[in-house]
Amino acid sequence: MTPDPSDQARAPFKVMDCALTIISLGRSAQTLRELRDHISVVPTQCLSHHFYDSLLRPSFDDREYRNDFALWARRQLGDRRLAERLAVIEPIDFADLEDLRAHLLDVVEDRLAEVVDAPPGAPGREFHFLRSQYVIIDTGLRAATPSDLAAHIPRATPGSIFFHFVDARRRTPERTDDYSLWLKDWGEAYDEVRRRLAAVDFHLWSLTETRERIARCFTDDASAEAGR
Amino acid sequence: MRARLSDYVEAAGPEAIEQLQKLARPLAGRTVLHVNSTRIGGGVAEILARLVPLSEELGLKARWEVMEAPAEFYGVTKAFHNTLQGMPAPITQRQLDLYQQVNQENARRLQGVLSEADFVFIHDPQPAALLRFVPRRRGRWVWRCHIDISRPHRPAWKYIRETVSRYDASVYSLAAFAQPLPHPQYLIPPSIDPLSDKNIELPQEEIDAVAARHGLDPLRPVMLQVSRFDRFKDPVGVIRAYQIARRNVPIQLVLAGGTASDDPEGEVVYEEVREAAAGDPDVHLLLLPPDAHREINALQRRADLVLQKSLREGFGLTVTEALWKGKPVIGGEAGGIVLQVIDYHTGFLVRTPEGAAFRIRYLLNRPQTMATMSLKARRFVRENFLLTRHLEQYLTLMLALQHGATDRVEIA
Repeated sequence: MTPDPSDQARAPFKVMDCALTIISLGRSAQTLRELRDHISVVPTQCLSHHFYDSLLRPSFDDREYRNDFALWARRQLGDRRLAERLAVIEPIDFADLEDLRAHLLDVVEDRLAEVVDAPPGAPGREFHFLRSQYVIIDTGLRAATPSDLAAHIPRATPGSIFFHFVDARRRTPERTDDYSLWLKDWGEAYDEVRRRLAAVDFHLWSLTETRERIARCFTDDASAEAGR
Repeated sequence: MRARLSDYVEAAGPEAIEQLQKLARPLAGRTVLHVNSTRIGGGVAEILARLVPLSEELGLKARWEVMEAPAEFYGVTKAFHNTLQGMPAPITQRQLDLYQQVNQENARRLQGVLSEADFVFIHDPQPAALLRFVPRRRGRWVWRCHIDISRPHRPAWKYIRETVSRYDASVYSLAAFAQPLPHPQYLIPPSIDPLSDKNIELPQEEIDAVAARHGLDPLRPVMLQVSRFDRFKDPVGVIRAYQIARRNVPIQLVLAGGTASDDPEGEVVYEEVREAAAGDPDVHLLLLPPDAHREINALQRRADLVLQKSLREGFGLTVTEALWKGKPVIGGEAGGIVLQVIDYHTGFLVRTPEGAAFRIRYLLNRPQTMATMSLKARRFVRENFLLTRHLEQYLTLMLALQHGATDRVEIA
């Protein structure tokens, strides 16, 4: 197929990859009160880690809960009510990570007010506060058209999916994923793909499962054919 | 035969290998030295045997050195190992003197490479004091702690802390193991090698032959614990669990214990276990040589269930190995077992021999549950705990150390 002349004007999609190292802050909480105390003082990167980075952290966990705080409340404190409230917190709903911290503290403090003697977690099952250091790599790969991008996605590393689909929401003013942002320049033909991408709830899946769902957003839609 | 990076494509996926190549590019030509206390036996030696050649293939100048020490030294370091994992025991001044002396002698022997390497990874407490005897250090020194030091016997920890606090960074398998130290404390879980003799696919005839050689009845279920004969692995508790469970299920138990050259206690504990087994013909105690990797692989593949009922554990690579082979694991609530054994997903965590016995009965009566766990277990290991991911994290750590404390390191 002859390329659309306007393709030349569009910048290609730059495929990045990402790996992370995890650093212990040396802080841990065994009770809800201790959790509250630490949340109030840890660096905001730590909060960000516990909401997003568990996706790229080696883990045997099923993606049942959307963040480490909810998971700990459920598994270690056995507090379902708190776990449910924590699980629905969506960081991108907040102006910044300080606002997220304030909301998180609110939820925890509300629960502390409800339960007079909150039981501690079992010894050895404390909440450990962590942060990440990212290494971001330009892979040198470029997608000139949406169909190039669609062809690349099934081969993308989990790190690349994390960078473009998860991390992008923290670093772009639009708070969306890089794929959708780039497709915006390709006009209405890709609105359906973008709508589908917006519906992929990455919190609930491992990165390889998310990759499959992203790939399906392209292949299930006739608009992907337009760029071929 | 030495495995090459391309051999891992099938297990880890081509994209994982490409990512390693990209991460390694800025580190090409850098010298990386690993030092530990034994070349054969134990998880550390197994990981280094693969990690080092693969690092070389990626363009790093990687090297692995092993301490040279008299047998008495390993008695001292075993005492450190036990006390750092929480067992109170005195360490005499004479033992401490020997520890320092052996480290000093090894530092003298390796002075050139220790001084010049860009990155020096010192594994576990045995060689930790090398740093004291290398005054001119060009590179970054990292103490890689593989053991559970979450609740150390304080006098032993204070002694080791004095040395390890001088390192540029330390690395632990789990967040719970990190102790307050004046440097960044990184977390890197270990890994298994899908191509090693211990994990590679085996023909069914080989599995059957190993089982027959050890007198296992092919018609009855087998449960297996693979670990050194070490009190922290609670082999006597495993026998107790078996004794309770066999009242309801016609099970056979295999306790397969390797030994390592730096573990002088193995034979003593083996005798205690033999006594607890009381001559039961369905309890098979195997004292295997440290290179019996294929045999352990075959036993794991023959097993219906795998136990790792440790009281203290580092990461628990035997659990990872079992999960890779699709075996549900009944594990003690200790160390990295907690990270790997998720109730109703990959097995069950237990606190007592009675709890283990109950879960043995529960699982053996639910083959469908076991089949579902099997699929999930293998997927979890593929995505998170293969050697390629471990190597990726070492490369990332080196890049992070090279670029200092910034949160984001960008590589063109």
